[in-house]
Amino acid sequence: MTDLFQQRRYTLQYAIIVIVAIYVARLFYIQVIDKDYKQLANANVLRQVTVFPARGLVYDRNGKLIIDNQKEYDLWVIPGQVKHLDTLGFCDLVGISDTLFRETLTKAYQHSRFIPSLFVKGISVEIYAAIQDELYLFPGFYGQVRSVRAYPHHSAAHLLGYISEVTPKQIANSNGYYRQGDYIGTGGLEQWYEQSLRGVKGTRFVLVDVHNREQGSFNAGEFDTAAIPGKNIISTLDIDLQQYGELLMQGKTGSIVAIEPRTGEILCMVSSPAYDPSLLTGQNRGKNFRALLVDTLNPLFVRPLKAAYPPGSTYKPTLALVGLQQGAIHENSTYACPGAYYSGNLRVKCGHSGFVDDLPQAIQHSCNSFFCSFFRKTIDQDSLRSVAKGLDDWKAMLATFRIGEKTGIDLPNEGYGFVPSSKYYNKLYGEKGWSSLTVVSLGIGQGEIGETPLQMANVTTAIANRGYFYTPHVARQVVGEDSSTAKFKVRKVIPISRYNFDVVVQGLKQVVESGTAAGSKIPGNTMAGKTGTAENPHGNDHSLFVAFAPADNPKIAIAVIVENAGWGASYGAPIASLMMEKFLNDTISAARKPVETRMIEAKLAMK
Amino acid sequence: MMHQHNRPLNQGIDGVLISLYIVMVLIGWIAIFAATYDETQPSIFDIDRAYGRQFLWIIGGALLAGIVLLTDSKFYPAFAYIIYGTVMLMVCAVFLFGTTVKGDKNWFDIGSFQLQPSEFAKFAANLAIAKYLSGLTINMKDVKVRIVATFLFMFPAVLIALQGDTGSALIYISFFLVLFRFGLPASYLAIGLYVIALSIVSLVLDKYILILVLLGIGGVLLFLSRKNRSLVFIMVTAFILSSGYVLTTDFVFNSVLEPHQQQRINVLLGKEVKVKDADYNVRQSMIAIGSGGVLGKGFLKGTLTKYNFVPEQSTDFIFCTIGEEYGFWGSTVVLILFLAMLLRILHIAQRQRSRFSMIYAYGVASLIFFHLLINVGMTIGLMPVIGIPLPFISYGGSSLWSFTILLFILIKLDGDRLAVLR
Repeated sequence: MTDLFQQRRYTLQYAIIVIVAIYVARLFYIQVIDKDYKQLANANVLRQVTVFPARGLVYDRNGKLIIDNQKEYDLWVIPGQVKHLDTLGFCDLVGISDTLFRETLTKAYQHSRFIPSLFVKGISVEIYAAIQDELYLFPGFYGQVRSVRAYPHHSAAHLLGYISEVTPKQIANSNGYYRQGDYIGTGGLEQWYEQSLRGVKGTRFVLVDVHNREQGSFNAGEFDTAAIPGKNIISTLDIDLQQYGELLMQGKTGSIVAIEPRTGEILCMVSSPAYDPSLLTGQNRGKNFRALLVDTLNPLFVRPLKAAYPPGSTYKPTLALVGLQQGAIHENSTYACPGAYYSGNLRVKCGHSGFVDDLPQAIQHSCNSFFCSFFRKTIDQDSLRSVAKGLDDWKAMLATFRIGEKTGIDLPNEGYGFVPSSKYYNKLYGEKGWSSLTVVSLGIGQGEIGETPLQMANVTTAIANRGYFYTPHVARQVVGEDSSTAKFKVRKVIPISRYNFDVVVQGLKQVVESGTAAGSKIPGNTMAGKTGTAENPHGNDHSLFVAFAPADNPKIAIAVIVENAGWGASYGAPIASLMMEKFLNDTISAARKPVETRMIEAKLAMK
Repeated sequence: MMHQHNRPLNQGIDGVLISLYIVMVLIGWIAIFAATYDETQPSIFDIDRAYGRQFLWIIGGALLAGIVLLTDSKFYPAFAYIIYGTVMLMVCAVFLFGTTVKGDKNWFDIGSFQLQPSEFAKFAANLAIAKYLSGLTINMKDVKVRIVATFLFMFPAVLIALQGDTGSALIYISFFLVLFRFGLPASYLAIGLYVIALSIVSLVLDKYILILVLLGIGGVLLFLSRKNRSLVFIMVTAFILSSGYVLTTDFVFNSVLEPHQQQRINVLLGKEVKVKDADYNVRQSMIAIGSGGVLGKGFLKGTLTKYNFVPEQSTDFIFCTIGEEYGFWGSTVVLILFLAMLLRILHIAQRQRSRFSMIYAYGVASLIFFHLLINVGMTIGLMPVIGIPLPFISYGGSSLWSFTILLFILIKLDGDRLAVLR
């Protein structure tokens, strides 16, 4: 045949070869050279899913479960799957308003038609059980279980703490452990033992399809790590005693701290007003938290750890011990009290007047005059020594009781209390501007000195033990992790002789026998204690009482502070003795029921 | 000549081309299986799934191929215009009786299967053009011949474009390659390429800068050709036309093209695209192919394929499946197979003694080449997204049957090449 354009016979061949060559080169570039596409492909289909471990449980000293994990359900929606929706029926079933329903669903739609959105958070097991039966009527909605904290006894909120979502700062400081939306222990035991309780998160790699729906595990789970459950904690708390303390303190502000002297274990730690820890879990958590936050009685404030009260007369036994040990006074020192302590223009009123035969008697009657003069002797005793040195030596002795220091309890945010030093007064009055007389009120636990209820209880423990204590603590054992509680087995010895302790304890026994707290004896048990009435510049005096029982074989040491309640003997002593009776005898004797009722019903807290 | 009916059926049949065809169809079937695989329906013959239906289409294709081979080769030139007319009528009938699928009204429902007559217009147009250009009095120098030839393939193109399938319509441009091969002046192709280049550049560059550039180039050329008057005239005309064109491209782009078409072009030009999904297909397609690496992820192990990240993966984006599961190695093999087939067809074209067969062969090569150029080009981000299938490989009965008929007519014509001289 005639081909007039023979010269064009190879044009198409060349074009085809060139194009195929360009395409092969392009494929070589995107498939072999450029590695970005492999990463992009993984980013497309691989999702890292965190597997949350169960948080450790907490038991009380008698094996009662006090922090449990409970199932709670979140309702999720995949908007693209919602159809034939009976809005009214759904709102009825779930118990939300029509408006809220529409708002939430619209938001979910805007987020994505295929990715699940959280619809209703924190539905309890009981309510969910009812919903679950009918949920099949509402395609697109499904429930997802979540673990939340539950508090079967509804008490000890301050001691236990709670869990809350991590803050951005906590995420930044966690070395990548926490991610947004994770929960972390906040306050109390939950915070202190966070690392033990939280366990170890696991990871699962899953493949997702184009709509972000899970399609199965990656490489048969080869790279997955299992979650390790958190460790359980056996606490030192006696939950019954704690609940009883909260009952006695209802309607009052203040604290109760009880310690087992033999071990330093915290038996209870009441901070009043108390609140139910369950308020800070579940659906209404945010609302409840805000309500607690604005409460003028400040229920979120952990008084036993943070509030520093002038110890008042409860501090006198401590001073007596320091004075005796330093030789400033003798156990048989006598004093003629004229009903007040006079020095120059100063007059310190004393509730008692008459002759004090010896130191125990001074404690028994809580003689202000005696202790004022005694305190001055203690810090002035050596003429070669300045008052500043005397004051600082005194402060150092108090520090061995952990007054003015942290006790080292295993709870966060512990306060120091306050014990003034010579430096403090030098700053206040100038170096020569003060003397033992200036600071004489320290002798009766007033003035600048402040002790936290925990410190008061700890001092009482040291006295009950006649010279030593163990760092107070709330965790007896972290199961499978003995190292974290080992430090609580180390005995802290006070550098004061046992003999001197016996002298002071004798005084404390007399307080209960026939002194200021004679009205609060525990039937069938001996008790040693000291009342205190702390002057409060902001209102009525605080009623204080520290005690331990039985006096010669102490099983419990306690400090009670009832704010604005007047005399130590009026509320502090009865509440402390009821607590100890409850702990030692398990029941309150019939004769004491009226006292108990009076204590429970007393309303002293004013908003 | 009289003995041809006594020859065995397979004599003169090009085994290379048939082998390439069979290999490609099987590769396509396996790729479709992977692209639409459903664990609950793992049989490749399950007709609830695309792979099972493709099997039926393949069987049907084989039957068609057999019918084509059994038909006397003289039938095709003799009935070229009738076939052309019939198919054009079918394409028109779609306007009246067609079903709309994905915005394109170009489908016929036949039971639970659908056919796309526009696919068959390809081989029909090829037959008609081969018939027309093989006429003894036909000379490309005659402008009337150019117009009639162009009309023969632009008519179905316009019909198909009116049905909304711009991609399939664009394919008919490939017949210009045939016209060029048989005498259309090179300037036509040059002007065509120039206009395409100018369109792309004018969408990217600021048009006034572009006019300045044109002015500069034109000035230099004018200076060089200042002695030749007619050349000067052509230069000036070309410059004025170019400038006018550049100034109107934006208008054409914005008012003639559909928004999704504008986006696809913008994506290819690397422009900022507001709609999130506009470059989604191409991005996912390139990720799928790129993540295949050298050897690929393996059969049914392409994660993007499996979890449907690439839309239209069994049809227009079938090349992704091959790229992801068989990597550079697999995708190169497919390209080489196409290269081999195209070169083989052109080789066959050159050995034809009949002008009709030769022109027809060039038409086959041009059509397949254009499909390859655009389809593979779009999956690797070198071409805008134009929805046309990859011949023999993509899922779809109309496309497979149409290409089968197209190819086997050539094989039949070639088989009888020694017997006839038309």
